Amino acid sequence: MSEIAILNLPASRGANTNATPVPLIPDADRKPLTKKEISADHPTWCPGCGDFSVLALYFKLIEKRKMHHEKITTVAGIGCSSRFPYFVQAHGAHYIHGRALPFASGVSLSRPDLHVFVFGGDGDAFSIGGNHFTHTARKNVKLTYVVMDNSVYGLTKNQTSPTSPIGFKSKTDVWGAKDQPINPLKQAIAAGATFVARTSHTNPNHVLQMMEAAMDHDGFSFIQCLSECVEFYPGAFDTSNPRKGGKYELVPESHDVTDEYAAYKLSENLHPGLFGVFYKNKRATKNANEAEIIADLQGKHAGLEPWQILKKNFDRMK
Amino acid sequence: MSTADDINAAPQISKISEAVIRIAGNSQDGIQAIGGFLARLAGRSEQEVMTFMTIPSTISGGPSIFQVRIGSGEVLSSGDEADLLLAFYDHSYLAHLNSLKPGGIVIYDSDHMKADDISVENLTKYRHLGVPISSLTIEAIGGTGRDKGKNVFALGLLAKMFGLNVPKLHKLLAERFTGKDPKIVETALNAFNAGHNYELITATELFQFKPGENVGQSQVVMSGNEALTFGLIAAGVRFGAGYPITPWSDIMELLRRELPKYGGQFQQCEDEIASISMAIGASWGGGVAVTGSSGPGIALKTEAIGWASMAEMPLIVVDVQRGGPSTGMPTNIEQSDINIACYGGHGDSPRVVIAPASVEDCFYTAIEAVNIARKYSTPVIILSDQGIATRIEAFKEPDLKSLMQDISPDLSPVTDHKPYDLSAPDGITRHIAPGTRVASGKYPVVTGLEHDELGHPTGSGKLHTQMISKRRNKLKKLASEFPVPKIYGPSEGQILLVSWGSAQGPVQEAVKLSREQGHAISAVHVRYITPLPPGLETIFAGFSHVFVVELNDEGFSGVGQLGALIRSHIPDPKIRGITKVDGLTWKVKEIINRALELAK
Ligand SMILES: Cc1ncc(C[n+]2csc(CCOP(=O)(O)OP(=O)(O)O)c2C)c(N)n1
Ligand code: SF4
Ligand SMILES: [Mg+2]
Repeated sequence: MSEIAILNLPASRGANTNATPVPLIPDADRKPLTKKEISADHPTWCPGCGDFSVLALYFKLIEKRKMHHEKITTVAGIGCSSRFPYFVQAHGAHYIHGRALPFASGVSLSRPDLHVFVFGGDGDAFSIGGNHFTHTARKNVKLTYVVMDNSVYGLTKNQTSPTSPIGFKSKTDVWGAKDQPINPLKQAIAAGATFVARTSHTNPNHVLQMMEAAMDHDGFSFIQCLSECVEFYPGAFDTSNPRKGGKYELVPESHDVTDEYAAYKLSENLHPGLFGVFYKNKRATKNANEAEIIADLQGKHAGLEPWQILKKNFDRMK
Repeated sequence: MSTADDINAAPQISKISEAVIRIAGNSQDGIQAIGGFLARLAGRSEQEVMTFMTIPSTISGGPSIFQVRIGSGEVLSSGDEADLLLAFYDHSYLAHLNSLKPGGIVIYDSDHMKADDISVENLTKYRHLGVPISSLTIEAIGGTGRDKGKNVFALGLLAKMFGLNVPKLHKLLAERFTGKDPKIVETALNAFNAGHNYELITATELFQFKPGENVGQSQVVMSGNEALTFGLIAAGVRFGAGYPITPWSDIMELLRRELPKYGGQFQQCEDEIASISMAIGASWGGGVAVTGSSGPGIALKTEAIGWASMAEMPLIVVDVQRGGPSTGMPTNIEQSDINIACYGGHGDSPRVVIAPASVEDCFYTAIEAVNIARKYSTPVIILSDQGIATRIEAFKEPDLKSLMQDISPDLSPVTDHKPYDLSAPDGITRHIAPGTRVASGKYPVVTGLEHDELGHPTGSGKLHTQMISKRRNKLKKLASEFPVPKIYGPSEGQILLVSWGSAQGPVQEAVKLSREQGHAISAVHVRYITPLPPGLETIFAGFSHVFVVELNDEGFSGVGQLGALIRSHIPDPKIRGITKVDGLTWKVKEIINRALELAK
């Protein structure tokens, strides 16, 4: 046998090695967090960027739902919108471009005590991360994904994005984009997302309402949130902004949100399109399915210490 | 094995201390099963055993072999040449006869090969035993003439040939087929007994193993992939994610089945990038998660490995190497992923790379890797290879009770926490998992952007310099914890062979054999590929030549991948490479010949 350096388990990985116990206010006496307590770095976004209101409404959600600091888990990929976690005073992860969903799935599946929020841009979600979007939706991993859609690549300064409409002039399509854009709602519905909603940064109450509904949904909840890039695509969503002469039309109350085909049809035209919950259905989450497998197999090994379970395998290999 | 040409009617029984048996046929003949039985039996008989097999690269099967070397004493490799070849077809006979020692025995299925096909030259060179294996199997167990069961019949023949312990084999057969229809056990036993009772009238010699030397040692018999998987479980890993690829898939399949028993889970993802991302997410969640792949998938993971290096996240990445580049030689052995494992990624992204040397070492390396990842907040790559992954070895049963670790996260509150604390006394980053309350109300962020001590982004060149040094220095500290490698053989001499990964066994056997022949050859084995262990330079000083033996190309520098890496630390021209990329494991004689030639 070779010589092994570190076979002994090192002390706890965390820094929770404080000698003195931490005096804390009991959970019941904790007051809802104030905006000041939840904000961290000052956002680096351009003045007027739609992303500000999405952040403000996330703060509102935290306040309203009386979430505790340590339970707030914010994950993002790369993009202007994806800088989100730095602005929230809570546990956060700023991962690589397009891969926030599988990262967040790892958190959600291994830590069922947390509700994970993922924020990101349209390029992050539907271009480089397109495959992950499909699979996270179909597996119904429990988390909330807010795509801040500005229909352009903001951080890299004005290239065509997968949601840029035909005719959109960017640095990579100076003559106007020619490719058919992705329809995020159809994409989500077809992939098997169990909660699909649409909102816009121009309507704060509606954003909050959608965030709350998404958070309460037991499964993969997806929100397309229009969020204007004032720098590279100003006026992109004016047709849905009443202050700019547009129309903010809600999904009709008569719509059956469990009707997949009806939802698909409602998503037909997104300029300006409708706002609200398009689709919502109950299907076992990945988290629940895994928990069931675990309960089943652990039940079969009840009363055994982990080493004894492993020993059973080793006994079979003699 | 002696080669007595005894012509008496009653075969003599020779006492042997080791034998190399090669079984050649098609993959659907159940060759792996016979090899597995032999290996298990050896493990239960306090003997050492090592196997080698080839997997056909097509699903529909094709020629396949399983070689098993059983020794009453130490077994270091699966053996250069076979003492006995069991050939199911004429093509198996023709393809593998040259792997047999002169004077060795070949048992062939005379239903598939005519005696006339054997050349006079071969008849004099090897001892031939034709046995109508197929028809006798049908006679014994019935059936439609399909070849089912003939492997068990052949096992019976081998049991007779080598005087193997029949009650133990009966028990192994019964265990293997239990749970299925009781008739199946009966049929297997019938096939076995028919083989065992077959009168090997033309055999001139039968064999009997001397008792095994590992007396009183409870042994387990498994493959490297299995040992690695169980090592991860013992280490406390409870989350993994992966995407299928040979030869890594066994590990993910086993983890998927096993982890839920411990409250854990393994996710099959849409691709390798998602897999590593999920694993990193779970590591941030507070565990040490595993992902893995083989070359092509490791290439896809490199951006995320860079993130783990930057954010200093504990993570295990298993790379079961195969022939590359690209899809390369997917079912062949090669050790050509050192470069991607150590350097794969942009920017300066230090990580740890450890290569297990044997099946047993796979088990302990997994535990060690997890503890390093945890202690140093770093990604650790376990660089296994197709050879260790699929071969079966017997080793001393580990003390599972004392080894099993619980590394579930500690979520107790802290007063204040800076993960990337530049003034931490040991210079090592430590994370708190989400869910941990921080009394100061200041929460850390983990990120791939260069960051300050709390993880918030910075554009400061000064901080970038400090943080880069911090990430480098912690692994230098780790290196100082590594033991100085032990020299196999005297510490001075003409040639020092340097091995890594699965080359350890054949290289040590080469040292043994060449020393018997009067050559001053020693060896040193390197397990820690990055960072390198201390003391190599001093070890090298005792030798005129240092040859790094590895299964990859000599490259532009003329030394292989580990050779080049070592040379970047110790720029001494006496360090040279013995490399090859023929997709096969090292033969002992090949190593000796190449070394002597190069030293001329
Ligand atoms: C692998 C990789 N490729 C490219 C980039 C460069 N990049 C950063 S953000 C981005 C696109 C951002 O667009 P979007 O996701 O829509 O976010 P926005 O900035 O518009 O909010 C690109 C291409 C990168 N960081 N990583
Ligand atoms: S470039 Fe566009 S998306 Fe980025 S911060 Fe400025 S306005 Fe917002
Ligand atoms: Mg965008």
